[in-house]
Amino acid sequence: MVIPVRIGILALQGAFIEHEKMLSSLGCEAIQVRKTEHLADIDGLVIPGGESTTIGKLMNEFKLTDRIRDLAGDGLPVFGTCAGLILMAREIVDSDQPRLGLMNIVAHRNAFGRQVDSFETNLEVEGLGPDRFRAVFIRAPYIETVRNGVDVLASVGDKVVLAKEKNLLAAAFHPELTDDSRVHSLFLKEVEKFLANKKKIRAIV
Amino acid sequence: MTEQGTWRVKKGLAEMLKGGVIMDVTTPEQAKIAEEAGACAVMALERVPADIRAAGGVARMADPTVILKIMDAVTIPVMAKCRIGHFVEAQILEALGADYIDESEVLTPADENFHVDKNSFKVPFVCGARNLGEALRRIREGAAMIRTKGEPGTGDVVEAVRHMRMVMGEIRRLQNLPREEMMTAAKEMGAPYDLVLEVAELGRLPVVNFAAGGIATPADAAMMMQLGCDGIFVGSGIFKSGDPARRAKAIVAATTHYNDSKILAEVSRDLGEPMVGINISTLADIDRMQERGW
Repeated sequence: MVIPVRIGILALQGAFIEHEKMLSSLGCEAIQVRKTEHLADIDGLVIPGGESTTIGKLMNEFKLTDRIRDLAGDGLPVFGTCAGLILMAREIVDSDQPRLGLMNIVAHRNAFGRQVDSFETNLEVEGLGPDRFRAVFIRAPYIETVRNGVDVLASVGDKVVLAKEKNLLAAAFHPELTDDSRVHSLFLKEVEKFLANKKKIRAIV
Repeated sequence: MTEQGTWRVKKGLAEMLKGGVIMDVTTPEQAKIAEEAGACAVMALERVPADIRAAGGVARMADPTVILKIMDAVTIPVMAKCRIGHFVEAQILEALGADYIDESEVLTPADENFHVDKNSFKVPFVCGARNLGEALRRIREGAAMIRTKGEPGTGDVVEAVRHMRMVMGEIRRLQNLPREEMMTAAKEMGAPYDLVLEVAELGRLPVVNFAAGGIATPADAAMMMQLGCDGIFVGSGIFKSGDPARRAKAIVAATTHYNDSKILAEVSRDLGEPMVGINISTLADIDRMQERGW
């Protein structure tokens, strides 16, 4: 019997169901994570879009922050979108809000403006081939500074909006709000590497 | 091609608010308390619904200064209310940079026949509804988010429950109808035919659906979530209670863990005095805000 890959999706607040649908359609089992026990035995973790201050506070209140940091340090692939990117950043411009601080990046919140400035655009993404990715930016952040070990995968003008550091992937936009699964597939490549390293036998079915 | 104000971008912000609590605030200080407690957005107002009710008279859009000060005080999205049908108040709110406009029955309606044409705005709108037909009419006008009307400013959850059960029940009914009965269903509820078909297919509204109007406790919030809504508006329930910061935080936790009765029991403890409230059955017909709009 094939055991499907198990991806945890942080489900404290925000658009976690859209990630769940996308990952299920890609052959994964999606687990909603609200408490530490939900983190046991997952092969990857998604930090969804939502309000980063809300999610950060709830992560602390329900003791998820340290546990997720340990798992990510241990190589667990983590994929953050929008609020997820902010929570994964080590530094956030003008903010001391709670965060995971996993990635060597500086995030700038609401950096494209308020909701009336939100937009969608076609993005050239490294590793996704010639077809552009329709990216939806909602009160989006961008990555102001990329430090050692971080690869830039996509930018809007000179603003970095998709970056990767070892097992960590962060997007300023919302691939889960489109039908295009290519960015999620990039994340699942990391998951496959992680499973191979851990010698776990699970498959994307 | 880069586009702004698309349906996906408007609806998308509501998707990001799901599982969260949107709190009514009247000052920058209250806005900070709400943000600190974990609100996913705030509604900037001059008065909360309970005070609007008490004051009587005509209730209008808030002074832009109040809204701008609240926008300055917090980093989370800031919503603001315009009167039903008052498209110029809506234009002003869009110019101020409000992140969402609530075309709201809490304020005195400006037009007794027509709601705002929300499709012509770049900023997204949320509207109240008591049943599926009303929700679908608002969506076709351009509302990118729906909430129950409930009965604002009462602290009595009974009307929000009635409206949520009504919408959910009507959706379940549509799902069981054969295709040839859909047009008659659309006609009876006064809803656009294409949206009726879409709802029957999806088994839910095509936009995010929040609960509002009378929610005052963590248990109220969790009950609405268990009834199937996507998130919670709390109006007077927080800042008309004895310990707003503590109650706000508890309602946020209850909205996340709405299915976990142990956590609900824990966060419901020692919250101080809830808002006093008004029992709906003692409210005169003329004082019922939910009858505003159609």
